[in-house]
Amino acid sequence: METLALLAGGFATALTPQNLLFAFAGCFLGTAVGVLPGIGPALTVALLLPITFKVPATAAFILFAGVYYGAMYGGSTTSILLNTPGESATIITALEGFQMAKRGRAGPALATAAIGSFVAGTIATAALTFFAPVVVELALKLGPAEYFSLMVIAFVAVSAVLGSSAVRGLAMLFLGLVLGIVGVDLQTGQPRFTFGLIELLDGIEVTIVAVGLFAVAETLHLAARHRYGEDELLPLSGSIWLTREDFARSWKAWLRGALIGFPFGAIPAGGAELPTFFSYYVERKLSRRPEEFGRGAIEGVAGPEAANNASAAGVLMPMLTLGLPTSVTAAIMLSAFQSYGIQPGPLLFQNQADLVWSMIASLYIGNAMLLVLNLPLIGLWVRVLRIPRPQLYGGILVFATIGAYGVANSVIDLAVMYAVGVFGMLMKRYDFPVAPVVIGMILGPLAEQSFRQAMTISQGDPTTFLTRPISASFLAIAAALILAPPLLRAMAASRRRA
Amino acid sequence: MMIRRRRLFAASIAAAAALPMLAPRTSRAQQRFDSIFMFIPAGPGGGWDSTGRAIEQAARAAGLVGSFQFENVGGAGGMVGLPRFVNQRRGQPNALIVGGSVMVGAGITNKSPITIRDVVPIARLTEEAGVVVVPPNSPHRDWASLAAALRANPGSVPVGGGSAGGTDHIALGLILKALGRNPREASYVAFAGGGPAQAAILGGQVAAGISGYSEFAEQIKAGRMRALATTGNERIPGTDIPTLKELGVNVTAANWRGVFAAPGITPAQRQALIDLITAVHATPQWKEILAQRAWTDAFLAGDAFAAFLREDIAQTEAVLKDLGLA
Repeated sequence: METLALLAGGFATALTPQNLLFAFAGCFLGTAVGVLPGIGPALTVALLLPITFKVPATAAFILFAGVYYGAMYGGSTTSILLNTPGESATIITALEGFQMAKRGRAGPALATAAIGSFVAGTIATAALTFFAPVVVELALKLGPAEYFSLMVIAFVAVSAVLGSSAVRGLAMLFLGLVLGIVGVDLQTGQPRFTFGLIELLDGIEVTIVAVGLFAVAETLHLAARHRYGEDELLPLSGSIWLTREDFARSWKAWLRGALIGFPFGAIPAGGAELPTFFSYYVERKLSRRPEEFGRGAIEGVAGPEAANNASAAGVLMPMLTLGLPTSVTAAIMLSAFQSYGIQPGPLLFQNQADLVWSMIASLYIGNAMLLVLNLPLIGLWVRVLRIPRPQLYGGILVFATIGAYGVANSVIDLAVMYAVGVFGMLMKRYDFPVAPVVIGMILGPLAEQSFRQAMTISQGDPTTFLTRPISASFLAIAAALILAPPLLRAMAASRRRA
Repeated sequence: MMIRRRRLFAASIAAAAALPMLAPRTSRAQQRFDSIFMFIPAGPGGGWDSTGRAIEQAARAAGLVGSFQFENVGGAGGMVGLPRFVNQRRGQPNALIVGGSVMVGAGITNKSPITIRDVVPIARLTEEAGVVVVPPNSPHRDWASLAAALRANPGSVPVGGGSAGGTDHIALGLILKALGRNPREASYVAFAGGGPAQAAILGGQVAAGISGYSEFAEQIKAGRMRALATTGNERIPGTDIPTLKELGVNVTAANWRGVFAAPGITPAQRQALIDLITAVHATPQWKEILAQRAWTDAFLAGDAFAAFLREDIAQTEAVLKDLGLA
């Protein structure tokens, strides 16, 4: 129960008026940058680094934690309302969320996202409080071979977003894999598909492509259709709150999302995107109404939103217990520790107990604060949809352009975004799904690098994926996911015949 | 911090740099420059960025410079920002760019038309030696044991570190060469930054790891990694890890950082910048920052720095050729 005493001490520090103000500022700022496509929590925390010269360490980290959590909340808002993911972790949210908005159910979509984020964020923070060291030790058992096998499962899960035609879906997935290859190869230092452009050496930013495919393509598509007189406003019917049925369908998805998201934050190859794919896949497989997926299933918003918030808490585990950054934001927060002369590492919990516990306490507070901040805003947000479409989408284009340029001040990025946007419009016109492109871009490099790291470690022996027990189990799960449905169907069919 | 492949945090908003955050200047008498334009060819938050901002902190606290303006343009080990600096700031007497070992290597591996040779060396400020570590349960108790394994069959000893062709990879190449093996035989596992590389070493996924000392310092202090050797000229203060030189391996490699001026400035303008950085280095604030950040002082200015740079470029080029990357 020592943990509880320490946590209480943390709350005592975090609840001082000054620190509460920092938590609020962080949550507010985080929500704002989450809404803006392109500008993410990592960039925001980096730009806030100079304040470490001025304010005490505790206040600065409470602020940073607020930004980090807030961005996860804000990112979902634009995904749902405008089909413009503010963060790469909220791309999946756009799939069902925007469909719900199109059907006049933007309110419930935003509500399930906000409450789901709160529920999962709180569960994950509690898990962080009590189990951090254990989970981190387990995560360290995973090496490149295990990551690769995990990616194999992820590729199976992608099937959930391929859409009605597998060929079209796979074509788009491979396009994403190609885009993911662009840049200097990590293992050999050689540039690939950069066409001599220095700006492409670091690869193409996922958010640039996502904004191009979702926001720019949607805008161009609407502009192209405008002449045909399809200019109706998005309908806003029914309550903006969750109905009893919505709630019944959401709560299990929240819990499953939290369960999936949390461990992913802890593993170094995780990131917040991967668990959202898994959560979407699981919800789609478990849903009693799979036919609703792609047409606005609330579980498809609730699960992934819970998963990305839970993974945000998960990321803090290896950072606080071992000084390991598993996300870009965490890496920048670590550099902030250093400007206070605090060396983040395995001894952080012992040497800086006050700081760590008040930061954890601030996560609980920040989560509650974000829920309070976001629920009343839903009524305001959905009104965005009342703006006539030409003006609304013109505005989106402006935001998307500013956001994309803001990532690296690069004109090449803008060119890539608009080129992808035009391509995305054609994809929409000919009914190709867009989500697999982004997923391919995220999974491809992860899978490739882990495969090659594993092969270097095993000196070129491919059996390493089967002889390492955890890796072999992952592969077995992937095989079961592929083989089980047709086998079960065949068994059922033969029984019926018998 | 290592250079990450994705540019997520490579950005620049000059407004952030303009945040009022420092003590008012103490005296105008000491002021050498009204303003300095500081170009950081990397995103906010990394090693180059913190070096630039540390110069600002020390210079303004001592009243040496009136104001600073920052611009961050990140990407490709500085190779995106460098051409921009060279083209836009040619002949500007108060412009500085932060750079270092990573920029030397990136210029060679990316075969860039504009490299670190195109800017005017002002001063080297800090350096950080590399450290070779093994997981705590490793059979290699000391350097001799690991060296024997590397000498016998480098392929059987997977070594984890930062991206291929980076400072960690170069250091391993130099070690293998000194041990009488071909650097290309190395079983080098590149990771996308300090976090994933550390995780792989802590989890015993690789046989050994190599990176800048600060990346691993806390793990070493906590006994979660065993440090076998460092790559510096001297031991790292406060540690008892032997240097490779002491162990009979003639290798020194350190990740250094310094500042450069724009091309096309006059010798007098260059001297004024050298004097400024020399004065910054002499301030108590600078000493304080060095201690706080655990940076090793490696001050070397003017012609001596230029000579060091030529040698460093030649050595890096040779190793990268051996590794098959240049």
